[in-house]
Amino acid sequence: MADLVSHPDEIKVVSKRFGQGAADIDRYLALDGYKAAQKALPMTPDAIINEVKTSGLRGRGGAGFPTGMKWSFVPKDSPKQKYILCNGDESEPGTCKDRLILEHDPHSVIEGVMIAGLAVNAESGYIYIRGEYRYLSIIMQKAIKDAYARGFLGKNIFGSGKKFDVYWHGGAGAYEVGEESALMESLEGKRGIPRIKPPFPAVVGLWGSPTVINNVETLASAPHIILDGAQKFADYGTPKNGGVRLFCLSGHVNKPGVYELPLGYSLKKMIYEVGGGIPGGKKIKAVVPGGSSTPVLTADEIDIAMDFDGVAKAGSMLGSGGVVVIDESTCMVRFAQYIMKFYQHESCGWCIPCREGTDWLKKTLDRFHAGGGVKKDINNIQYLAENMMGRTFCPLGDAAAMPTISIVTKFRKEFEDHLEGRPCPYDPVGSVRLLPVLSH
Amino acid sequence: MPDVNITVDGKKVTAPAGTLLIEACKTVGIEVPAFCYYPGLSLQGACRMCLVKVEKMPKLQTACTTVISEGMAVTTDHEEIHQARKSMVELLLGNHPLDCPVCDAGGECELQDMTFSYGASESKYTEAKNHKEEQQWSPVVFFDRPRCILCYRCVRVCDEAMDVAALGIQNRGSGSVIAPNMGDHLDCEECGMCIDICPVGALTSGAYRYKTRPWEMNHVATACTHCGDGCKTTLGVRRSETGMEIVRGDNRDKSGPNGDFLCVKGRYAFDFANRTDRLTQPLVRRNGKLVPVTWDEALTYVGQKLAEIRSQSGGASMGVIGSNRTTNEENYLLQKFARVVLQTNNIDHQRTADFAAFAAALAGRPDATASAREVFDAPAILLIGNDPTEQHPLLAYQIRNNVRLHKARLYVVNSESVKLRRQATLFSQIPSGSEAAFAAFLAGGDVANGANRDEWNALRDQLRKETGLVIAFGSELRGASIASLNKFALSVQGAKLICLADYANSRGAADMGVYPDLLPGYVPLIQGSKFKAEWGTLPDAAGLTLPGMVDAAKSCKLKALLVVGANPVFRMKLDPATFANSFLVVQDLFLSETAAVADVVLPAASAYEKSGTFTNTYGDVQLVKQAGEITGTKSDFEIIVRIAERMGYDVAKLVPFGSGSRADMGQSRGAQSGEADRHAVWLEAQGLELKMNPFDPTAVFDEIQRLVPGYQVSRLNLMAGNDQHTRLDQNGGGAVGDPALIQPANDGLFSSGSTGRYSKTLNTVMENRNRVEMPKVAAD
Ligand SMILES: Cc1cc2nc3c(=O)[nH]c(=O)nc-3n(C[C@H](O)[C@H](O)[C@H](O)COP(=O)(O)O)c2cc1C
Ligand code: SF4
Ligand code: SF4
Ligand code: SF4
Ligand code: FES
Repeated sequence: MADLVSHPDEIKVVSKRFGQGAADIDRYLALDGYKAAQKALPMTPDAIINEVKTSGLRGRGGAGFPTGMKWSFVPKDSPKQKYILCNGDESEPGTCKDRLILEHDPHSVIEGVMIAGLAVNAESGYIYIRGEYRYLSIIMQKAIKDAYARGFLGKNIFGSGKKFDVYWHGGAGAYEVGEESALMESLEGKRGIPRIKPPFPAVVGLWGSPTVINNVETLASAPHIILDGAQKFADYGTPKNGGVRLFCLSGHVNKPGVYELPLGYSLKKMIYEVGGGIPGGKKIKAVVPGGSSTPVLTADEIDIAMDFDGVAKAGSMLGSGGVVVIDESTCMVRFAQYIMKFYQHESCGWCIPCREGTDWLKKTLDRFHAGGGVKKDINNIQYLAENMMGRTFCPLGDAAAMPTISIVTKFRKEFEDHLEGRPCPYDPVGSVRLLPVLSH
Repeated sequence: MPDVNITVDGKKVTAPAGTLLIEACKTVGIEVPAFCYYPGLSLQGACRMCLVKVEKMPKLQTACTTVISEGMAVTTDHEEIHQARKSMVELLLGNHPLDCPVCDAGGECELQDMTFSYGASESKYTEAKNHKEEQQWSPVVFFDRPRCILCYRCVRVCDEAMDVAALGIQNRGSGSVIAPNMGDHLDCEECGMCIDICPVGALTSGAYRYKTRPWEMNHVATACTHCGDGCKTTLGVRRSETGMEIVRGDNRDKSGPNGDFLCVKGRYAFDFANRTDRLTQPLVRRNGKLVPVTWDEALTYVGQKLAEIRSQSGGASMGVIGSNRTTNEENYLLQKFARVVLQTNNIDHQRTADFAAFAAALAGRPDATASAREVFDAPAILLIGNDPTEQHPLLAYQIRNNVRLHKARLYVVNSESVKLRRQATLFSQIPSGSEAAFAAFLAGGDVANGANRDEWNALRDQLRKETGLVIAFGSELRGASIASLNKFALSVQGAKLICLADYANSRGAADMGVYPDLLPGYVPLIQGSKFKAEWGTLPDAAGLTLPGMVDAAKSCKLKALLVVGANPVFRMKLDPATFANSFLVVQDLFLSETAAVADVVLPAASAYEKSGTFTNTYGDVQLVKQAGEITGTKSDFEIIVRIAERMGYDVAKLVPFGSGSRADMGQSRGAQSGEADRHAVWLEAQGLELKMNPFDPTAVFDEIQRLVPGYQVSRLNLMAGNDQHTRLDQNGGGAVGDPALIQPANDGLFSSGSTGRYSKTLNTVMENRNRVEMPKVAAD
C-alpha cells in the first residue's frame, strides 16, 4: 500500500478522505458519505446530468470525454435495462490513482455509480477491478456488503422505494480490458477483445443494453459535484476543464506520489515544486505527461498548463494523469524498448497492425538496444509506428505507436549513438525503473 | 429498404439502406481488399485491409464495418490508402514464411494476391520469425500456425455457418493462435469448410495437400454424387496413369444452390473413384469363376443371352434394377431399354422416398415444390422427420443459415432430438413412428392418444398463420400421409413441399420412370400413348417391383436380371444364391456383393466420370460433367446402348442421335477455356449441336425435354451450369403404392450407401471418431 503524500497547492476533493479510514462505512458516513446520493435521489435525471455538465468534468480514464454529455447519450425511453460500469482496470504504466481511491474511499465509488445510475435510470452498476488489484477487490466487496446492510443498496435504497444494485467483478490481467468495449466482453465472460464501434456503449453496451462506462476517478468525483455544487468544482479548473484531478507523479522526482491538483496547473511547477525537483539536481530529458501511451515531451516543452487542451496543444495528451519525469542520464532507446515490451505483451492480437506491429517493434528495439542496430532500423521503427497509428481496431495500437514516434523523432540522436555495436552510453537501468505500474 | 446514394471515387452508387460500404463498392466494380470480411459471416474489423477515406472522418475507416449513409463520399484510391494496404501486407509478411513455392496454397493464396496487388517488393523485416511445428487435427484437417494470418474466417464459418464451433482462438497478442476443440485435435463434422475458407495455406486438407500444384489441375464443375441434396462441386483433376485422377473437390465459384458449402462427402469422398480395386475389365463367369474378358466378348455374350431369353421366355421373364446414382439420361435410357428392347415393365429401383405418392399428391398443383435455393430464403420452415444434419447436410446448412441471417422461423417435429432443434423456434419431440399420425393431424384430424394435444394444436395454429412455409419431410411419411400433408399445405398460404430422398439421383430415377407402373414423369402405363407413339412399342401390363423381382428369382421365374449401379444383395440382405437361376448382369464400379454372384460384370464409370444431368431431391436439375477417367470402364449409358446393339436393336431408335442441324459457322472455339465454352453452350441449348454418336447423353436429354412433363427448363441456363427447378405439378399422375416399398438408406454424415465404404477418407474419419464402423467391403 502506497504512502500518501501532500502538498499545499493540492485541492483535495476526491482524495479528501484518503488516510482517514473511510473504507469503514461509519467513518465514511461521518465524513459526509452518502449525502450526495440522498441529495440526488429526488432530483430528475436531467437535473443530475446538468449538474455534471456544469461541473466541466471530463473523463479521467484517458480520453477526457465530457462526462455529463456521455450520460446524456443514454436513450432514456429505451425499454432495455441500463447499466453503469465503473472502469477500475487501471493498467496504464505511470498511472496509479484509481487504486488509492478504491483503497481509501471505496464508498465514494459506489456512491458515484449510484448517482450515475439515477442520472440515466439504471438499476444496477458493476465495478470492474483490475485482476492484479486483488486486495482492492476484498476492500470493495466489504464496502458493497456494508452498503447493502445499511439499505443504501438493494430494493429500496435509502427508503426511497427505488432499486439499485452494485456488483464487483475482477479482471484476469489484461491491459486491453481497460478499453471500454473489451471490458464489457470480459465482464460478459468472453475473451477481452474490443467491439466494433458504432454502436457505442451508451446505446448498445453491456449485454446489448445502454451502458455508461466511466473511470473510477470520474465516478468518484460525481458525489462531490452533487454535494458541493457543480460550479464550485468547475471553478477549480480552467474553462472546459473543470475541477481537480489526481496526478500520479513518478520517475526522477524527489517526492513522487499522487497529488490532487487543479486542472491547468503548470507542469513545470508540478515537477519542481510539488515533486521537489530532480534527484541529484540533474536536468530533465523528457516528460511523459499522461501515462505511457502519451507522446513524450522534451525538456523544452514542459512549460505548459496541465489540462486537456493545454497538453494537446503541446502535441501530447493529458491521458490518465500519469506524469513520468525522465532525467538526463536515462537511455531513451531503452525507455522506448521498455514501453514496447509492455504493449507487445498487452496487445490483444485481434488486428494486424497492433499484433504484428508491436511484436516487430519489440524485436527490433530489443536488438537495437543490445547493440545489433543498423541505421535503417531507425527509419524502420518510425515507419512501423507511423503505419500503426490511426489504423488499428482500438486505440491500443495508437497507445503503442504514439510514444514510439515521439521518442524516435525527438531523440533520434540517441538511436544513432547506439549504432555500430556501441554500448549504451546512458543509464539503462534507470529507464526500466521509470514505469511503476507494469502488469508483469 | 429505401435506397441510399453515395459516391465512391466520384462514381455514384445507389444501394439499399443497411448495405456495407465494401459491398456497395463492389456494385460499381471497385474492389476493396479484405481478409477478415466474408459475406454472410459476422464482422470483425480485424485485418484493416479495407481502410478507405470517408469524407469528414479524421481517420481511415474500415469499409467492411461501415454502413453506407446518404451523401457519404468515399475515396478508395488515394496515396494514404495505398500506403495503409501496403503496410498491412508488410506487417503480415513480417512473420509469415516466405516459402510460397513449397506452400500448398501457393498459386491460390489471397496473401500472395494481396502482395501482388498492394504489397511492397522489399522486405524490411530482419528478425527471426515466430515458428511452430505443423499440426494434424484430424484425418483431413492440418494446421500450419506460422502461415495463419488470423482472419478468423475458419472460427466463424465453423461456429456460425456450421453450428459446430470446433475452432477457437487461444492466447493473445502475437501469441494468438487458432485452436481445435479437443486440445490437440478436432471432434467435428469434418466438413472442411474451414480449410476452404482459409485465405492462405494455414489450414490444409489431408486428402489433397501436396498432391499437386494448383495450376497443374483442370477444373470441372459438376454435381456431388452422394446424398440427395445435389451440391454443385468443382473437381480438380490431373492426368494419371489410369486416366484422369480427381484430386480435389470444392465449390470454387460458389455457384450452385450450395454456395460455399460442401459436406465431408462432397469435399472428400470422390476418392472412391480412385481406388485401385475399381473394376477395369469385364468379367464373365466360366466354370463358376469370374474371369476377365474383353469388352467385345462380354457385350456380345450379354447381347446374345438376353436376346435368346427374350425370344424363348418373353420380356416378362426379365427384369431390370436401376440406380439412384446414375444420370437422368441413363435412367431414362434404361427404362426405355427395358420397355422397348427387353419388352418388359419389370423395372424398379431401391426407392428411398415415396416420390410416386408425392407426385400423385401434387399433380396439377403449381408451385408445389421448393428448390434447394428457396430453403435459404423461406420465411418459415417445417421439418417433419429426418435428421438433415446427418442425412441432408446442405438442407441443414440452408435452414441453419436462413434462421441465422434472415431470421426464418423453424419448426421441427422429430422423434429424436436432432441438432437442428438448436435453430428451431419450436421443437416438438414425438414418439417414433407417429409421424404419419402427425401428418393426419395437420390435415385436420385429431390427436388419437391426447398426449400432445395442446402442443400439436398450438403448433398447427401457428403454422397456419405462416405464409410461404416450406415443408420438408423424411421417408417417415409415405403414401397417404403425403396426401394428408399436402392437404395441410393447401391451407397455408404459399406453402411448398420437399420430399427427402437419400441418394444423388434418387429423384431422377423416380422422375425418369424407373418404376414398374409409371413411365417418365410419373405417367401411368395406361396413359402412356405419347411414349408408345414415340417408341413404337410399350408393354401394357405393369411390371414387377423390386421385391417382386426378387421373389420371381427365388421361384425361378426370373430368367434374366440386369442390375445397373445397385447392390440389392447387400441392401436387401439377400441370400447370395437368390439369383442362382437367373442370368445376372451387373454394371458396377466394384465387385459388390451383387456383382460377386453375377454371370457377367461390366465395369462402369462413376458419376464423376461421365456427363449428363442429375435431379436432386428438391427437383433441381443440374449438369453432371465428366471429371475423372478410369481406363477400361464405360459409362452405363454406353454399356446399355451397346447391349441393345448386340441384341440386334437399331440404336438410332433408342438414342435419337444425329438430330439437330449444324450451325457452327466455323468460329474458332479453341480460345475458349474453362467451364463455360459459351459458344458450345449456346449451340447445345438451341438444339443446333449435332449429336454425333449414339453415346451422347444430350440426345436423350432432348427426348426427356420433349416427353417428360416438368422438365421443360431453360436449356441455356442448364448448360451454363445453373440448377433449374423442374415442375412436379405437371407430372402425369403418380401412384400410391405399398409403403413398404420405401427402403431408406439412412446414411449418416460419414456414410453413403454401399459406395461410402470405398472412400478412404470416410473410413479414416470414421475410425478416428470411433463411430460405428461401416461393414467391411466384400471385395477386400
Ligand atoms: C487500451 C486501452 C486501455 C484502457 N484502459 C483504461 C483503464 O484501465 N481505465 C480506464 O478508466 N479507462 C481505460 N481506457 C479508456 C476507456 O476505454 C474509457 O474511455 C474510459 O473508461 C471511459 O471513462 P471516462 O470517460 O470516465 O474516462 C482504456 C482505453 C484503451 C484504448
Ligand atoms: S489495436 Fe487491435 S490487436 Fe491491438 S489491442 Fe486493439 S484490437 Fe487488439
Ligand atoms: S471441418 Fe468443418 S466442422 Fe470441422 S472444424 Fe472445420 S469447419 Fe468446423
Ligand atoms: S487458419 Fe486460415 S482461416 Fe483460420 S484464422 Fe488462420 S488464416 Fe484465417
Ligand atoms: S476486411 Fe475490413 S478489417 Fe478486415
